[in-house]
Amino acid sequence: MTDVSVSVSVPSAPAPAVSGQADAPAKVTARGLNFYYGENHALKNINITLGNHRVTAFIGPSGCGKSTLLRIFNRMYDLYPGQRATGQLMLDQTNILDPKLDLNLLRARVGMVFQKPTPFPMTIYENIAFGIRLYEKISRSEMDGRVEKALRGGALWNEVKDKLNSSGLSLSGGQQQRLCIARTVAVRPEVILFDEPCSALDPISTAKIEELIQELAEDYTIAIVTHNMQQAARVSDKTAFMYLGELIEFDETNKIFTSPNDRRTQDYITGRFG
Amino acid sequence: MVSEHTAKAFDSDLQELTRLVAEMGGLAERMIVESVDALIRRDVALGKRVVMADAEIDNLQRVIEERAVLTIARRQPMAVDLREIVGAMRVATDLERIGDLAKNMGKRVAALESDFQPLKLIRGLEHMTDLVQSQVKSVLDAYAAHDLPAAMTVWKGDEEVDAICTSLFRELLTYMMEDPRNISFCIHLMFCAKNIERIGDHATNIAETVFYMIEGQQILDKRPKGDMTAFATTVPGN
Repeated sequence: MTDVSVSVSVPSAPAPAVSGQADAPAKVTARGLNFYYGENHALKNINITLGNHRVTAFIGPSGCGKSTLLRIFNRMYDLYPGQRATGQLMLDQTNILDPKLDLNLLRARVGMVFQKPTPFPMTIYENIAFGIRLYEKISRSEMDGRVEKALRGGALWNEVKDKLNSSGLSLSGGQQQRLCIARTVAVRPEVILFDEPCSALDPISTAKIEELIQELAEDYTIAIVTHNMQQAARVSDKTAFMYLGELIEFDETNKIFTSPNDRRTQDYITGRFG
Repeated sequence: MVSEHTAKAFDSDLQELTRLVAEMGGLAERMIVESVDALIRRDVALGKRVVMADAEIDNLQRVIEERAVLTIARRQPMAVDLREIVGAMRVATDLERIGDLAKNMGKRVAALESDFQPLKLIRGLEHMTDLVQSQVKSVLDAYAAHDLPAAMTVWKGDEEVDAICTSLFRELLTYMMEDPRNISFCIHLMFCAKNIERIGDHATNIAETVFYMIEGQQILDKRPKGDMTAFATTVPGN
């Protein structure tokens, strides 16, 4: 019994920080993506893959480029002069950066929900129907069905079904945000981008949105930017940590929040940053 | 080591946890030594003191758990901090068990009526205790210093303790067969030897916790084991 030799194998280091390989089939793929605000090189050589029907969270200190990256996914930056992206960014087989791309169609495929709820100053019903009419001509009864489906998708139907003709602005902040999600879902996108969707909401509304995000992942590919790390840990499958315009670490969420590889990731998520 | 948190109070929370574990560890070490000492010298009073000291260890474990839970609730720790807190709770649980085992030996002192003092047995028990106590000390040092190689040395070094335990068992069986009047004494000693061996196992548990705290994953390998007491017999050839 004495000559049992034992070696403690420390499992080999996991895949490199920028793995780019998602378990799910790729939905959005960035390769060598760079972004410039005029002279300012805001994103540096980003390589990342968003898995189909997966929730990918982006975390990092303010100014790290996470919102910028999100805004490239639906070419939001095109609204501003002097901003440009280089490299490759694919949505399935579509080149998102293609200058000839129909941006309205792109934004129908890649919806976005913002930090502050932005309902249109019209009825709850019209908030949803408005977007659908931009892309489709359908009958009133069909529209009723689509509006109901979207509001159910936004987990709001039971709260508003009896007041569809009230103003969207009469809703509470949390309800308004779910209205915005319903509005996004209504045009049947493939990808939904969330830019800090809960930062203006109370904890109960936040919990509702978080639950909704997980449900939405069954039908959509989701990217979420959040400053709330517990939120990223709760809702996402994979987490990307960004710092100073670079993607520092991208891995399974469970791994990132229990034992990240990179010292900078660890310092950030444990609250030790500079 | 890692740098400071932006929230300094978080650092002091973690330091306090580590300090409490160290305090508990010191107490456990002392209980091991004193319980065996009491056993060998038939010092009933010392045995009782060990029994009483266990309450202190139990209390420290409660304090550590409460602090750990409070820190989790207050700071929502992540990564290395989370592992540090989980580690403190796990080590405290092992130390509490070590305290129980030492207390059990302390209780047995009063029950040892016979004057029967087989020197070889006592030596074996002392040697085993020395080994285990140094294992416990080393692993607690490794825990405090986040010293992975030192923890792994403890993890791998439990075999000798197991081997001594097995040989003590065989010897005790022989004494019991020689003279039935030895049985009561030998049974008590047998439990004590097993207790010490169990304490060694807790030291290796703590080593595994240190591994988890540093590496962020559980040890997957099997630990070398030399405890053959389950097969101890006096029949030659078995």
